[in-house]
Amino acid sequence: MAKVIIYPTNSLILSDLVQRFGHTPLAMMEKIKEKVTTVGVDSPPMNITAEEPKHGLKYAAVEVPAGVRGRMAIVGPMIEEAEAGIIVGESPMAFGCMGCARTNELTKYLIRSREMPLLELEFPKDDDEGQEFVYRIAEFLKSLDEVKGESEEATE
Amino acid sequence: MAEENNDVITKLVVTSSDTVLPIDAAMKIYESSTDIVIKETCFGTMVTGPREAVNKVVKEIVDLDKNHIFVKERGFPPGDDRRCRASRGGGSRPGFYFLKEEAMMLPMIGKALDKYDKHVPLKEIEHKKKLEVKDLQDIVESSL
Repeated sequence: MAKVIIYPTNSLILSDLVQRFGHTPLAMMEKIKEKVTTVGVDSPPMNITAEEPKHGLKYAAVEVPAGVRGRMAIVGPMIEEAEAGIIVGESPMAFGCMGCARTNELTKYLIRSREMPLLELEFPKDDDEGQEFVYRIAEFLKSLDEVKGESEEATE
Repeated sequence: MAEENNDVITKLVVTSSDTVLPIDAAMKIYESSTDIVIKETCFGTMVTGPREAVNKVVKEIVDLDKNHIFVKERGFPPGDDRRCRASRGGGSRPGFYFLKEEAMMLPMIGKALDKYDKHVPLKEIEHKKKLEVKDLQDIVESSL
């Protein structure tokens, strides 16, 4: 079972598919849950404190807006933890009140710059594209089992 | 206290099935005697409770129509003041727009999963290619 980072980081479809094919999705929702339900970190309404932009300095320079650095404080550790990645482009809904275009760019860049198995595709627009989308993700996730099995054999 | 709190999770169960309605999913949860809270919504059901109980119930719901019921974890508990539109003066809650966009794609994904299970071979699709710079240059020059 590999930890797979998904982009868009809060995608229902990707999170479900990764879990369906037996891997662990690294998604934003779990990190947000830790943030908003941890007792003691109390800075209502979102429990985002001044510490987050400081943690984000590891991923973005100081002159980058605090919003990007704050988001990267959550997304960055997920990218470091990941063993594989799936990036779905053409997702305009990832940009809006809950997202930030520059954070999205930086997230995709950092995922691509990690040396790990990576699948890049686009959200489907019709049934044929939907079929290709699911098949490619399924094959990619199945291939991760083989890669992981081989690497475990090599270490033994 | 913190540990207890961490163990409580919320999952969104989004139904896009012709045979299973959100109410069927809710009834399945009511039938189970586990200590969980549910909220029915327009797109499906939100299930909150201890991790093990939620995972068990969600699996039972998904088994009703496994290729057409989709699940993801949710950060905020249902009815949380920071997200619930009842306390925010109306309008969609933040995050709903993304869910709505994806919910519209779910029938397509469900069909594809059915085909994948039946080992239907993949059709070859021609993808549109981006315009090459040289081609663009030719077009610009040809109109001069």
